[in-house]
Amino acid sequence: MPDPVASILLTPLFAAAILAVLPGYRLGAALNMLACFAALVFAVVLLFDRPPVGVYLLVDDLNIVFVLLNCFIGFTTSAFSASYIGHELQTGRLKPIHLRFYHAMFQIMLFGMNLALLANNIGLMWVAVELATLTTVMMVGLYRTAEALEAAWKYFILGSVGIALALFGTILVYLAARPVIGAGLDAMIWTNLQQYAPEFDPSLLNIAFVFLLLGYGTKVGLVPLHAWLPDAHAEGPTPISAVLSGLLLNVALYALLRFKVLLAANPHAIAPGPLMIGMGLLSLIFAAFMLYRRRDIKRLFAYSSIEHMGIIVFAFGMAGPLGNFAGLLQMTMHSLTKSAIFFSVGHIAQVKASQRIDDMGGLTESHPLLGWGLVAGVAAIVGLPPFGVFTSEFLAVSSTFAREPVLAVILVAGLLLAFGALLPRLNEVAFGPVKGPIGQVHASYIPMFAHLSLVLMAGIWLPPPLVAWFQHIAAILG
Amino acid sequence: MGLVAPHGLSFDVAHMLAGGLVLVSFMMLYQDRLTALLHVLALHAFVLALSVAWQAYIQDAPHLYIAAGIALVFKAMLVPYALRRMVFQMGLHREIETVGGVGITMLAGIALVALSLEVMLPVTAHTDPVAREDIALALSVVLIGLLMMVTRRNAISQVVGFMSLENGINLAATGARGMPLVVEISVAFSVLIAFIVIGVFLFRIRERFDTIDVSALDRSRGGQR
Repeated sequence: MPDPVASILLTPLFAAAILAVLPGYRLGAALNMLACFAALVFAVVLLFDRPPVGVYLLVDDLNIVFVLLNCFIGFTTSAFSASYIGHELQTGRLKPIHLRFYHAMFQIMLFGMNLALLANNIGLMWVAVELATLTTVMMVGLYRTAEALEAAWKYFILGSVGIALALFGTILVYLAARPVIGAGLDAMIWTNLQQYAPEFDPSLLNIAFVFLLLGYGTKVGLVPLHAWLPDAHAEGPTPISAVLSGLLLNVALYALLRFKVLLAANPHAIAPGPLMIGMGLLSLIFAAFMLYRRRDIKRLFAYSSIEHMGIIVFAFGMAGPLGNFAGLLQMTMHSLTKSAIFFSVGHIAQVKASQRIDDMGGLTESHPLLGWGLVAGVAAIVGLPPFGVFTSEFLAVSSTFAREPVLAVILVAGLLLAFGALLPRLNEVAFGPVKGPIGQVHASYIPMFAHLSLVLMAGIWLPPPLVAWFQHIAAILG
Repeated sequence: MGLVAPHGLSFDVAHMLAGGLVLVSFMMLYQDRLTALLHVLALHAFVLALSVAWQAYIQDAPHLYIAAGIALVFKAMLVPYALRRMVFQMGLHREIETVGGVGITMLAGIALVALSLEVMLPVTAHTDPVAREDIALALSVVLIGLLMMVTRRNAISQVVGFMSLENGINLAATGARGMPLVVEISVAFSVLIAFIVIGVFLFRIRERFDTIDVSALDRSRGGQR
């Protein structure tokens, strides 16, 4: 049995090298799926066979959730992407050479994200996040239309600034750790940092966290650093929108959580909670208002992602066993639901040859599977029972009411605002008279319904082992 | 490698070079010709290379000489040269960029330097003095780089602003004694990758718009979406 950690990281790299030279999109798409599936298998193996903590790599209870989610959604997205790009090739929006590039980039992106999650070294993690960012920038610009280039440029500039600030924060953490741990590599290792965090200089840690929050917060899409996110989601290929929302935002969030643990461990440092609560609520309220008057369906759901990242960051900011639990569950549910929505939206936009909401209507009639899939996805994302998002939002709201009623009122207001914005749009798109072309598309429904059924299951019955596991992680997060 | 005594020669030189970097950052703010801006960028990277090399000398850390070499060859020579060629190819060397309100921009820059000194000096009171000054000045360079990216509308100027920002981070990384090489190389690599990406983008933007003024991108959005 090969080492699972090394395999998770090396499989995408090898696959990327082959995919870059492999002619024929069918073969490429199949290999893309195969590589993602292999990574998923290794991630599952990781659950049972956990390697010892290394200098560069680390597998612990926290990051294994992220890695599993990452590999799972990576795999389902690769399945969706296979049918999606087939259509793009037919309509001539992409050329075979673009697809080779696209597939190779897809794998490198997964490599970057998994490396960021598995890194035991704050420097290595930073490099990996930057790698994942750069690959997604290239893919957002894939269509080379004026809008796609604008989106990629904006994403690139804002992303670089964010990543630069994050590096500055990383350097400051090292400066804080050096007097305690000693110079050199040791002072950049997570497990060391966590152990000695109580002795660090608190004022340095405070400043470092501000930079890290701004830097990685840009990637999370927190307001006011979110400007790149709607454009990048709307103009790139839809599989990329799905992984951006479902995975890349999580990776940046994971980085933030790690540093939050450091701060929480230091008794004299500022509490990271209020900062996160403030930015989370701001993102939620802002995005909820922005959801109104969106006319582009992918842009609409991009703002919904900002809204949900706001809720998640808020929940982690509230902390405590319940807050962290709600945050973790919300994050998992949001990733699954939002990528399912994008799977559906991607095919719908292909059928209608447009992303404008005005060009769509009566989808449940003309395309029952895609239409009802979208209905289920949106019902889940606005937090209707019996879906899993309801469970996590209910937890977040009720635990906040018990501790900070005023904040809970703001949270509920944001949720209701978003609810009021999304349902009328869904009504326009899914019901009413059929609008626009009604041609059928060779769609892959399995990824979408797999995600939705998982979300539904989580809403009805959370398996006790999963609950115990999440509770354990919530305790680690403090 | 003991602590460097404040007000010794090595401290003064390190201080001077880091301060020089801030000064060159200010010079960037008011350049309205792209070619002149690229010359200042080269000077910026050159001062950085000197500063890193001096840190290598006083910290007795030979690996920092590599970082200094990368800064000298890559950032002070190759990148400005390549960007300069691009500017000439696109026929932008005669254009004058409108830099809105030089006076206000300079004042904002001064405010940013004051802010970073105010923020960093108190919290680094317990670290050694060289690192302390370096970090504070590095933050100024980073913030001025950001300011430059915000105030410019031209894609190449934004790239220059971003590179000066990266230089500031490099200064901070070398000032932090014993920071593993991983980071220096990664910074250098990131600049390399960033540059390639930017190059690709510039050419694509050029293909589509016949200008690299970023405000042309805003126009292409069209209508409310």
